[in-house]
This record gives sequence, C-alpha cells and structure tokens, in this order.
Amino acid sequence: MTVQMGIKPISAGRRVKNGVAQVLVYLAFAVAVVPLVSVLWLVIRNGLKRFDIEFLTHSMRNIGARDAGGGAYHAIIGTLEQVLLASLIAVPIGLLTAVYLVEYGNGGRLSRLISFFVDIMTGVPSIVAGLFVLAFWILVLGMTFSGFAGALALSILMMPVVVRSTEEMLRLVPNELREASYALGVPKWRTIAKVVLPTAFTGIVTGVMLAVARVAGETAPLLLTVFFTDSINEDPFNGPQMGLPLYVFGQSALPQDVAIDRAWTGALTLILIVMLLNLVARLISWWRSPAKRG
Amino acid sequence: MAKQIEVSDLDAYYGSHKAIEGISMTIEPRSVTAFIGPSGCGKSTFLRTLNRMHEVIPGARVEGKVRLEDQDLYGTNVDPVSVRRTIGMVFQRPNPFPTMSIFDNVAAGLRLNGRFSKSQLDGIVEESLKGANLWNEVKTRLNKPGAGLSGGQQQRLCIARAIAVRPQVLLMDEPCSALDPISTLAIEDLISELKQEFTIVIVTHNMQQAARVSDRTAFFNLAAQGQPGKLIEMDETSRIFTNPTQKATEDYITGRFG
Repeated sequence: MTVQMGIKPISAGRRVKNGVAQVLVYLAFAVAVVPLVSVLWLVIRNGLKRFDIEFLTHSMRNIGARDAGGGAYHAIIGTLEQVLLASLIAVPIGLLTAVYLVEYGNGGRLSRLISFFVDIMTGVPSIVAGLFVLAFWILVLGMTFSGFAGALALSILMMPVVVRSTEEMLRLVPNELREASYALGVPKWRTIAKVVLPTAFTGIVTGVMLAVARVAGETAPLLLTVFFTDSINEDPFNGPQMGLPLYVFGQSALPQDVAIDRAWTGALTLILIVMLLNLVARLISWWRSPAKRG
Repeated sequence: MAKQIEVSDLDAYYGSHKAIEGISMTIEPRSVTAFIGPSGCGKSTFLRTLNRMHEVIPGARVEGKVRLEDQDLYGTNVDPVSVRRTIGMVFQRPNPFPTMSIFDNVAAGLRLNGRFSKSQLDGIVEESLKGANLWNEVKTRLNKPGAGLSGGQQQRLCIARAIAVRPQVLLMDEPCSALDPISTLAIEDLISELKQEFTIVIVTHNMQQAARVSDRTAFFNLAAQGQPGKLIEMDETSRIFTNPTQKATEDYITGRFG
C-alpha cells in the first residue's frame, strides 16, 4: 500500500461529520435561546398592558384589593436606592480586594485564604445573606427594617461577583505595562491607579454591571430586611421600603387580574431598569475607550 | 547628566536558582556598552539588576554591589523608585500604554511623578519626541492612541517616554529584535545621538548591531544549561570583535559554538 501524498478533496465522511456538528451547535444555540425569548415575550406582552404614567408615578397607597390602577413608584425608588447603596458598599471593597489579590497577594497564604472565602461567598444562597443581616443588623444591633438593611444584604451578594470579575480583568493586563511604568520611576500604587486600572476599566465596568443585574432581581434577602410597604418611603435609612422584586412577588400572589397585570408590568420595569443600567455602562466604557479617539 | 556605573561581584537569583554569578564591570558614561551572549546567559537579568527592575519579579533577589558614581543602588535606604527614575529602561517588545494618546504616553513618566504645567509638558514632550526622531511623524496626531503606531514607531515612542524623565542612564533590552531593518537603522542612529547625553547599555543578539553602535562590548556565557551565567570578558568593541582574549568569545562571535 502506498501512502497518498498531495492535496486531496474533503472526504465524504468529514463532510457528514461537519454537517452533523454544525446542526448540533445550532440546535444547542436554539435550545439556549428559547427560554430567554419566551420570558422576554411573555413579560413584554403581559407587562405593556399597565406600563403607563400612573404605574411609574404612583404607589399602592389607598388602592384596595380589587381596585385597578396603582403603581410601583415606591418600588422603583426602593430598588434604585437599595441597588445604589449596595453598589457603593460592594464595589469599592470588591475592587480593592481584587487589587490586593492580583497586585499584592503574590499567591501568599492570606491571598489564598481570601480567594477561598470569596469562592464560598459566591455560593452563599441569597436568603442566607438576608438572614445574616436580619440576625446581625436588625435583631442583635436593634436597627429597624430599612432599605439600607436590604442594601447590606445585597452588597454581600455583590461583593464576590465584583471581586472575581475584577480579578480576571486585572490579570489580563499585560505585565509589560506594569514594568514599563515601574521603569519610568512610577511607584507601584500610582502604576495600579493610573495604568493597570484604566487598562482594565471596560472589563471592570462590565463585571460591576453583571453584579448589579444579579442583585437587582433578588427577592429573598429583601423580604427579610426591607420588609414590605405600599407607601412611598424615599429614605432608605428609616422604615420599611419596597423593591421591584418584592412588588412583583406581592402582586402576583393576589388573586385579582388587576394585581397580576401589575406584577407583569413590575417585572417589565425591572428588566428595563437593568437594561438601561447596562446601556449606561456601555456608554461609559465606550466613552473611556481609546479606540474612540483613534 | 551621564554617570558611571560600577558593578562588583553581583549575583542574581530567581528563587533558589542562581541566574548570574560574580559579575564585576565598569560602564563608562556617555558611551554605548553592548551585552552579547547566547540566550539564557543572563544578559537581560543583569541589565535589570542595574535599575532594580529584577526584584519586581516575585522571588527574585540580588547580592552584590551596584554603584552609580558614589551611590550604592542596593543600599539600605535607597528607594528603588528613585533608582528607576534615574536609570530608564526600554524593553524588547514596544509597550506603549494602550489607554493613553501619543502625547500622554510621552508625558506619562512626568505626570505620574509630579506636577508640571501644560506648557512645560508641551515643551518636554516635543523635545523628547524630537530626541527619539519621531516628532515629524506624529506631530499632527499627538492625541491619537499610541497603540495605533507601527512597531518601529511604537519603540521610538517608548524611547521618547524613557528619555522624557531625563534619566542619567538608559538601559535597552534588545530594543530592535521585534523591528524591521529600516526601523532598526532608525533606532541605531538614535542610539548614536543619545550617547552624547546618556550612558547607554544595550542587550543585543545581533552582533553586527553591537559592532555598529557600541563603544565597549561585554560577552556573557554560561558553562552549561542550568548553570549561572558569567561575564567572560569585556573590552573595547573593536578588540572584542578582532582580537578577543578568550577562546569562548572568539567562538561565539565567529559562529563556532562548543
């Protein structure tokens, strides 16, 4: 038998294998997209019914069980404030933790320990974060239910996500850039602040937005920490607040059609808020990227 | 501006591995000193010990003395940051800061180190870019990203960035190995100009380059793989290339190994 050299056409067997693999890949993609499209479709179709000015500007105060109307203004305010406060707590801590792990830890014992606990925190069920704040902040320290208590619980959930994504991004920054900066006689902390973080900026923003999107939809920890209200409470530090996930949860549990409709619209509003935040983040990172000036 | 460097009995380690051993030499001011030798013989490591960049790598350490005129660079009270400010470095691969424009890249060392007025910065940036023979090519697009330049231009940008902080010594680690012959020529011309003001040390694998640009040449070699690299001999470039005293040097520069 001679070994055939030279350029040959693609064999029939490989064509078939290629075709089968291609079909499988497309199929997997379709299967993955089905739930996403169906959820979006359902929420948009059912949510548009009540998506009006009244819904966005009114609370549920003095709305009877069977009354139509009412809105989620109190819940929107609550969600925005709680997520903002949670971000204010979790993003700086998460960012600095990641900087420590990548730039200062050097794989030492402390950094391995931190990594380990961040991994554990990633796996903490959200209700446990809520229980922790309830037990520590409200029962032991005697604070009231408040938006801030909710923000504390959310920040516990946000932190590991911020740490992990920032860590990944910082590790992607080439070492040559750090060395270039050191060789100019720039101290390490300024190198991190002026060279490393700006280079990783776009990726960090994306990671933070993922974390925000994750906690914006959390219901369980809020249930235990911000409690529940039908009225507008603009002060996140005092008294029960509302949140959109809680609003959807509450309204969908009621038997009336008008309440169910409000729940759908609440869900649609939540999706829109998260999308809007994502858009803003994209804009910020586009505006900061050097390609724009190129 | 330029100062003499005196190294005595220097060892450098990566963890427990000894990379170079017992190196002593004098690097003359306002001249170009070339380091040649086979890969892995510790030329780059030795270069990085001269401005305390070696210790940036986790686990790396240095024993021995490096003196810049009368100052011990490894003295107990010496700030490595100020050493690097005095002894600049250009790397093998051009590494402009990707988030910064051409102007910001050149101004980076100044901005990150202290306060300068806009007009001061303008002046220093122009002077440095002219010094790196890049000014005419980029003067109309100073606010464009530095990463958009060609490889040769990027390397000259890195040289401009290094000389903008007015160092006394400029270390160059194979600055032309990623460049085409025309860009290489541009950088070699630049080196000849820069030596009027700076003490220049260049690591190169290209022996013609060493012969062309340097005044003195040091040949490094290692006995075997895994052994620490050593300085074999150092002399006037013309003597190293025509009449070396060591057999190993002659074998290396004539292309006969082992």
